[in-house]
Amino acid sequence: MTAEATQIAGGEAPAINIIAFCCHYCAYAAADLAGSLRIQYPQSVKVVKLPCTGKLDVQLILDAFEHGADGVMVAGCMEGDCHFQQGNFNAKRRVTHTQGLLRQIGIEPERVKMFNMSSAMARRWADAVTVMDETVRQLGPSPLRRHRFKTAHPQGETP
Amino acid sequence: MIVAEQKGLDEIKNSLGDAKRVLIVGCGTCVTVCFSGGAKEAAVLGSSLRMSTQIDGQGKDVSEATVQRQCEWEYLDTIRDRVEKADIVLSLGCGVGVQALAEHYPDAVVVPGLNTTFIGLPVEQGVWAERCAACGSCMLGSTGGICPIARCAKQLLNGPCGGSSHGKCEVSVETDCAWQLIYDKLKAQDRLHLLMEIAPPKDWRTGRDGGPRKIVREDLRLPKTSEAPSES
Repeated sequence: MTAEATQIAGGEAPAINIIAFCCHYCAYAAADLAGSLRIQYPQSVKVVKLPCTGKLDVQLILDAFEHGADGVMVAGCMEGDCHFQQGNFNAKRRVTHTQGLLRQIGIEPERVKMFNMSSAMARRWADAVTVMDETVRQLGPSPLRRHRFKTAHPQGETP
Repeated sequence: MIVAEQKGLDEIKNSLGDAKRVLIVGCGTCVTVCFSGGAKEAAVLGSSLRMSTQIDGQGKDVSEATVQRQCEWEYLDTIRDRVEKADIVLSLGCGVGVQALAEHYPDAVVVPGLNTTFIGLPVEQGVWAERCAACGSCMLGSTGGICPIARCAKQLLNGPCGGSSHGKCEVSVETDCAWQLIYDKLKAQDRLHLLMEIAPPKDWRTGRDGGPRKIVREDLRLPKTSEAPSES
């Protein structure tokens, strides 16, 4: 974690916000199963259910960042197993496109990532959230939140 | 349709200068269909600009509005208030849309967000190709519906050049030789005799070489005030 990120958090691990856009047919059910099985995973993730990751739109991801997300994960079915044939492949291309947009905007493209799993893969869901949580913590709060912090605390005092 | 591509974010940001209130105006017709300047693209660009300028400290106030067609005055009237309140208008219309906005709102500073590229069609999802050069004198009837003006790099009128190889153009191996396409099409239709007629040199005055073009249809014009029937 960067020193700046620690400062933003007031010396403690910063509250990281990760939005997970989950397919109804796989990742959402996997997350549900992880809960039933009492599998632990980071609490930084907030789940948004989609009927299919094919519903994912670039604007959805940008909206998440604009409204305070530090990372976005997109979780769809295993490749070849999409309930709607190709929704997860469409999502994969949109995630790649969004990474390019984020780079132009000035946000690290690693903050958005695609994962694949089936509804039975509760462990993989937990692992995916853990990977995303660790990636985002390494990067620190998003540049937007860092800027908002600097604007609110120009002298560098902790909140 | 008119096909366009969005400019890079850096170029767009540079064109905005120090303007604080930015209005992005999308167009609901051609550039919506080619995914470069419709309501969705305006929203994505707006979001990108808000975040990018917040990160670099400019913090611009960016909003979006999309009209059905930027190239008609009536549609532009619907956003008058928003244009007047903006410091700068970023048009996501084609070159016509940008100029229509600038002409309709003389006080507004209007900059383009797209590079208008060609008149074409989507040959498959996500791929657009040029099909018409708007030369003003259509000859598609004698070329099997394949335009040698738009699709031949040399705009040849009487068969291929020596650069045609295995049906491809020497300009790019990905580009079909227009005259190979024309020959194949006419042969399949048993109309090769059309190629025996030599096309005379083209009169380019109907194209851009004749200067800016204009069409006047007297049958469609509204009557002048002096000609309007008087109310009795």
